[in-house]
Amino acid sequence: MALLKRLARHELPPISFTLNGTVCTGRVGDTVLTAILTQADQLRLSDFSGSPRAGFCQMGACQDCWVMTSDGERIRACSTALEPGMNLRTFAEQRS
Amino acid sequence: MSNAVRPLIVGAGPAGIRAAQALVEAGLKPIVVDEAASGGGQIYRQRLAPDKRTPRDLYGSEASKATALHETFARIRDKIEYFPQTLVWNVRGTSADVAIDGRTRRLDFSHLILATGATDRIVPFHGWTIPGVFTLGGAQIALKSQGCAIGEQVVFLGSGPLLYLVAWQYVKAGARVAAVLDTAPFSAKLNLLRGLPSQPGVVLRGMRYVAELMARGIPVHFGVEPDRIEGEARVEGIVWRERGKERRLACDAVGYGFALRSETQLADLAGCRFVFDERDRAWRPERDMAGRTSVSGVYIAGDGAGIAGADAAELAGERASLALLEDAGYAVNRERVAVLERGLAGIQRFRDILEIAFPFPDKWAASVADDVLLCRCEEISVGQARAAMREQEVRELNRLKALTRVGMGRCQGRICACAAAEILADVHGQPLEAAGRLRAQPPIKPIPLGIAADGEAA
Ligand SMILES: Cc1cc2nc3c(=O)[nH]c(=O)nc-3n(C[C@H](O)[C@H](O)[C@H](O)COP(=O)(O)OP(=O)(O)OC[C@H]3O[C@@H](n4cnc5c(N)ncnc54)[C@H](O)[C@@H]3O)c2cc1C
Ligand code: FES
Repeated sequence: MALLKRLARHELPPISFTLNGTVCTGRVGDTVLTAILTQADQLRLSDFSGSPRAGFCQMGACQDCWVMTSDGERIRACSTALEPGMNLRTFAEQRS
Repeated sequence: MSNAVRPLIVGAGPAGIRAAQALVEAGLKPIVVDEAASGGGQIYRQRLAPDKRTPRDLYGSEASKATALHETFARIRDKIEYFPQTLVWNVRGTSADVAIDGRTRRLDFSHLILATGATDRIVPFHGWTIPGVFTLGGAQIALKSQGCAIGEQVVFLGSGPLLYLVAWQYVKAGARVAAVLDTAPFSAKLNLLRGLPSQPGVVLRGMRYVAELMARGIPVHFGVEPDRIEGEARVEGIVWRERGKERRLACDAVGYGFALRSETQLADLAGCRFVFDERDRAWRPERDMAGRTSVSGVYIAGDGAGIAGADAAELAGERASLALLEDAGYAVNRERVAVLERGLAGIQRFRDILEIAFPFPDKWAASVADDVLLCRCEEISVGQARAAMREQEVRELNRLKALTRVGMGRCQGRICACAAAEILADVHGQPLEAAGRLRAQPPIKPIPLGIAADGEAA
């Protein structure tokens, strides 16, 4: 379920990306964090206890929003712009 | 002369932009580096792509200031060397290491102006890592930059001017705000009346936010002692104590914070001396009225030099550049210097009032439970930290970090260090300043591993 709720920017063109293997739609001007959290309710699992995390500061300070791309690159979701065709993983099903 | 003078400005917020403008007006070509994709900094942050919302929708009462600042930056754009989306991750003598497009590069400078701003000041509670809990600043960025609310039923919690501002912005944008929970008593707010003569606009605006929230039937509670945020996979509710009674409210998101903390790592790496700032409850770089630090050629302006707000940041940025110009042998306009310094002094006096009206929750450190996570990166609990403090006589942050890993994680203490210092002070009954400050370590934020260094000076 989505964590974030869109209130504006509905008019911007859609962008397709893949999240954990499923094709999803975001909007031009979305960060990766927004694109994911308007579809899902977490970004990653914490390093030690494996508890769900969904970012915190949204300004590049807490580093709690790193997600993985399918080619193994790590990106900081709150400060990375969504690009068409991005293939993102939120680790969720890997660990549980 | 101008060939030898090659200033580097870190940060393109209100302070950095006004600093750049003053240098450009003196005929210099400063380098401006900012991690963000466009200029504006935190308060005047720009969207990644334009949408239907007007500057008034985004910046409210500050729209004309935001527009003026963005226009200034656009106007000087080709008179500066601008590196957006670029992190300054180290400073060594007269060069800075920057990460740009997955590569690292060295930028040499003659003078350095640090305008690195601030981030939310946080203390932890039960449940603060649950998805749906964001900082107040984070909640505001979601709205301003992304047009999103952090949930369907949002509770805002904490202390600081941003608390009411963000709640009001959410309501205006059509979000459902379930409650505003202020950790300070209502009586603290009465101090704001003392600020009326000097800053009537700010005080009246603040009162309007509260009045409008209440008029819409949004519950505003004062003197709140937060207990826990409930939920596992996501937020389900919040529990607090108020006048001795426990209260609970269902919600699916919480935005919280306790004013701001300065971003000071680069000043540390540049070798600046630090002083303890009672009002900010933190160590910050020492500076004179003009923004000169203890290191010759290094200046500091804006919230990164101690929290004073956006208007002060604009004045301080310009003031720092005039100091730089003067030190480099340029003539500067004395009258302008006096105007800037008077403005800054007035705002500093008002900050003292704000601090009393929006106090830090100083009972937090004594009351926070042992099983609350203190460090969200390394997942260290308050109890583990307290045990090290008591059993191993830890009195200082760097030793706490070495022994417990608090502050060693990816955020490098940006989120947990203030709280850890408060707990140190509480456990040992020592003044806050005795906890010291975490030494900055390059890279000051994570940069991609194996990033290719071209090693060349720009
Ligand atoms: C999230 C947030 C929201 C706020 N909202 C409001 C508000 O609505 N109203 C209000 O009155 N005040 C607000 N404030 C306070 C206000 O933003 C500040 O007072 C003001 O922005 C200070 O200006 P500045 O130029 O000092 O720093 P900032 O505006 O914070 O700008 C600093 C800039 O430096 C950059 N930077 C920092 N470190 C580096 C580095 N190592 N490398 C590259 N770039 C770097 C950052 O990306 C940023 O753009 C907010 C603060 C925060 C943190
Ligand atoms: S949410 Fe804090 S760094 Fe991205």
